[in-house]
Amino acid sequence: MIVYVTKRLVIGLVTLLLASVVVFGVLEILPGDPARIMLGMNAGPDALEALRQEMGLNQPAPVRFFQWLAGLVTGDLGRSYTYSSPVIDLVQERLVVSLPLALISLFLSTAIAIPVGVFAASRSGKLSDTLTMGTAQIGIALPNFWLALLLVYVFAVGLRVLPAGGFPGWADPVEAIKSLILPSISLALPQAAILARVTRSAMVETLGEDFIRTARAKGLPRRKVLWRHALRNAMIPVLTILGLQFSFLLAGTIIIENVFYLPGLGRLIFQAINQRDLIVVEGVVMLLVASLILINLAVDICYAIVDPRLRIGR
Amino acid sequence: MTIEQTAVDLSQRHVLRRAFSNASFVVGLAITLTIAIVALVSLFWAPYDVTKLSVASRVQGLSWAHPFGTDHLGRDILSMIMLGARNSIAVALVAVGIGMGLGVPLGLWAAARGGWIDEVLMRTNDVIFAFPSLLSAVMITAIFGPGAINAIIAIGIFNIPVFARVARGGALAIWPREFVLAAKACGKGGFLISAEHILPNIANLLLVQATIQFALGILAEAGLSYLGLGAQPPMPSWGRMLFDAQTRIAVAPHLALFPGMAIVLTVLGLNLLGDGLRDAIDPKQRRTL
Amino acid sequence: MKSLVTVFSAAAVTLASASFAFSARTDLVIGVVLEPPHLDPTASAAGAIDEILYANVFEGLTRIGPNGEVLPGLAESWEVTEDGKVYTFKLRQGVKYHDGSDFDAEDVKFSLDRARAADSVNAQKALFAAIDTVEAVDPQTVKVTLKQPQGSFLYNMGWGDAVIVAPESAEGNKEKPIGTGPFRFERWAKGASVTLAKNPDYWGDAVALDKAEFRFIPDAAAALPAILSGDVQAFPSFPAGDALAPIKADPRFSVVIGATEGETILAMNNAKAPFDNIKVRQAISHALDREEIILGATDGLGVPIGSHFSPANEAYEDLTGTYPHDVDKAKALLAEAGFADGFSATIKLPPPPYARISGEIITSQLAEIGIKLEIVPMEWAQWLEQVFTNKDFDLTIIAHTEPNDIDIYGREGYYFGYNNPEFKAVMAELDQSSDPAVRNELYRKAQRIIADDAVNGFLFQLPKIGVWDAKLTGLWENSPLQANDLTKVRWTD
Repeated sequence: MIVYVTKRLVIGLVTLLLASVVVFGVLEILPGDPARIMLGMNAGPDALEALRQEMGLNQPAPVRFFQWLAGLVTGDLGRSYTYSSPVIDLVQERLVVSLPLALISLFLSTAIAIPVGVFAASRSGKLSDTLTMGTAQIGIALPNFWLALLLVYVFAVGLRVLPAGGFPGWADPVEAIKSLILPSISLALPQAAILARVTRSAMVETLGEDFIRTARAKGLPRRKVLWRHALRNAMIPVLTILGLQFSFLLAGTIIIENVFYLPGLGRLIFQAINQRDLIVVEGVVMLLVASLILINLAVDICYAIVDPRLRIGR
Repeated sequence: MTIEQTAVDLSQRHVLRRAFSNASFVVGLAITLTIAIVALVSLFWAPYDVTKLSVASRVQGLSWAHPFGTDHLGRDILSMIMLGARNSIAVALVAVGIGMGLGVPLGLWAAARGGWIDEVLMRTNDVIFAFPSLLSAVMITAIFGPGAINAIIAIGIFNIPVFARVARGGALAIWPREFVLAAKACGKGGFLISAEHILPNIANLLLVQATIQFALGILAEAGLSYLGLGAQPPMPSWGRMLFDAQTRIAVAPHLALFPGMAIVLTVLGLNLLGDGLRDAIDPKQRRTL
Repeated sequence: MKSLVTVFSAAAVTLASASFAFSARTDLVIGVVLEPPHLDPTASAAGAIDEILYANVFEGLTRIGPNGEVLPGLAESWEVTEDGKVYTFKLRQGVKYHDGSDFDAEDVKFSLDRARAADSVNAQKALFAAIDTVEAVDPQTVKVTLKQPQGSFLYNMGWGDAVIVAPESAEGNKEKPIGTGPFRFERWAKGASVTLAKNPDYWGDAVALDKAEFRFIPDAAAALPAILSGDVQAFPSFPAGDALAPIKADPRFSVVIGATEGETILAMNNAKAPFDNIKVRQAISHALDREEIILGATDGLGVPIGSHFSPANEAYEDLTGTYPHDVDKAKALLAEAGFADGFSATIKLPPPPYARISGEIITSQLAEIGIKLEIVPMEWAQWLEQVFTNKDFDLTIIAHTEPNDIDIYGREGYYFGYNNPEFKAVMAELDQSSDPAVRNELYRKAQRIIADDAVNGFLFQLPKIGVWDAKLTGLWENSPLQANDLTKVRWTD
């Protein structure tokens, strides 16, 4: 087991290192001069040169790469060109929005999907099953930004019960939560549709297995068998998808954060790309990649715990 | 060898018969064909020329002249949806093509050779997988500039590891089978075996995956165009139409309604098609996935 | 019955809370499009900094009023010598910075010397180029000596780049700006907003607002729901001019159309074939239908222009008839130039909606005379590098928002590559003249030269679309400079 985990860990680190080379290399060829962007149209050549010197942009790329890498190892992601503050601070400021958003969406998605999936599985083959899964199919096909648009105009512009966007900060938790409701619904519904389908098929399979029949034969009530025995055994594929969805939610919110102009990680990186704030892009991408690798690692380890055969094979 | 081939053919005929008795396959096929026909028709004819603007008649409601109304520059929305279908399908299709064309050979190669080649290929796959795909697509289009071609590349790159994984997984299951071992005993090389024996046997699997990736490609293209990174005007695209509609939804909701419905319908059709196909190919697989 | 009671009591609560709302509000959320890179107006050309801090947090010796007039700022009065070379400013007394330190003549000397120093990162060093020496005569008096007389000196001192900062806090202004204005900086939530709070120790008239939050809303699409939902109560420069209909229809809002200094042009690369051919440029000018562009891009609010000059200026001459919309004539001119079948070119568009939408319309209009344009949208970063710096473009659309900037047509190496000795001579003459009548005549001549040469496609004057809650007063109608002066803003009722 320890060997297995160590191996996965080493592989994860190698992946991370490769990713850092890719990220840095890709951003090297990105057109646009950060100094020009910071100073604007009317800046003179001497002012530009002075700024480039100050930002260390004059050094050759490999030198900057190793400086950056050394910084990464010590937890220093560098300083943003445009905000002139440490990248790590920016990330922290944005995580206060993105992390709760991802967690609320994940919670919503699970809270909707699992009961629906279990319900459909218990009615497998019946009309209610077909109807629920048909609805889920439509849910999967919904682009989340279109859903967001519709929600904004119903709840923000029409009924005026929820804000159309923006984030007031956590000083007022009620307002903060309110401003995250529509974005998290837009993110959660399509994800819930996927999760409901996975839950349903996992449940259908589990329900066909012997131990369920045994449990029923023992006289346990149907409801108890469904929620206690079957669901627990169907959780593994569901958890896998949940893990994937969490990293998707953390990184894939670029569009939704743009629709609701939430100051989250997705928007930070979108703006940073447009403003050629390379150091921010590099830092955030590396963090996201690292978190994805960690989640994958956790999933792998979970598998190994569940299924001992995997520890030797592969 | 001839016997095996007929066996494959037979099973494929079975698949078709089973497929056509599957409701979701039939509905999915009908939707997909309709959209495909609309896109094809738009190559030759559309009610109006969408490159000709007529700002004076902008943001009109539904009428006989314009069944879906007109947009903010006076273009006919029905015509734009038709041309947008062409754009969406083209982008997603080519992206799937890239993914299959590069991913499948890589996966087959990894399965055939095993050892360090397999390890390296699958690690590289992991690196690509480790990048959040939409984010990377945004970066790619930012580097090379927005446009349909770069959107195709951005979406296509992330299809490669998907197909490589599916092909490798499928191939690994086939390699220990008797007929492969027999071919091996006859002295056939990994390349020939992969092409003649493995590929036909995983074709169904790949087809199902292609349908899924196609649907995802349509969604990804819509997202990129919505951010302004996909096809550029005057070529209409559904995502961009939604972006343009956003500021006007309060006065003219139909601007956002029709392109959104077009996306939902297309993705829905493809997903139903894929589901039906999967059920038809292997009724047992339905339970594991 | 019970539910009925609940309804009544709920109604009573609503009424009670409504009556509280009658005491006037003192907070305001203002929408702005761009987030500033940092908060020091003396170290960046970014207008986004001035939009938040000018006149609110930082003040200069003079200030620019709502219609572009020069008003006293930290200098309550000034004297100018006969030869126009020596300015003696008398400073206000009892002015304190937000950190409690006192403002005096040494701060003025420090600020001006810092801005014009060799290693200065001030983006508008030209404003200070005429200054020879700055002398703090006594704590309340500053003497500025110029190298040569400069008519615009007092105006220049009113720019955001010329605000007065303190030596103790100047370095920290990027993150925590310390000025003398009626508002002090409170918080910058990166990516979201900057919050200002009332400065209780302000030297001048107290402001009505206790708190002002500038919220960044870069998407034109998000601006509309933000204002409709009341999240943002004022959008002094509303970015979606093409989507005003729902706001105009709503009595809760005022829509105030003012003038900006932004001449919006279809810039052509005069240094590159085929745009170096005047016939091609004239053909393009004839092919443009300004009315349609203005209707599509600004909802009909832009004022058509026929040269590079603001219609609000007294030296303005209406040259919109120089090349009227005439497709046949355009085709004929194109044929004369040797392009009877047209040609293909690219049009590179920066992000603002006015540019993107005008670009789509112009692409359609030029297609009618056989010019096929490929639209290349760009972020500002790329646009600045490729178009503005490297001059790698055929056509582009941009609003030149600097006031009175016709002189760019005489600049060496400017991005649209226009080079006409006659125009340069007019500019040189302008530099020498101080008589307003002569200057205006020269300005008119300059306008005619570039209009006749069809240097660029002259489209429209960018409107300033102010959208705010109907109960707000005191926001500026026009935009003589990029600023949101909140000193007179208050809620009525």
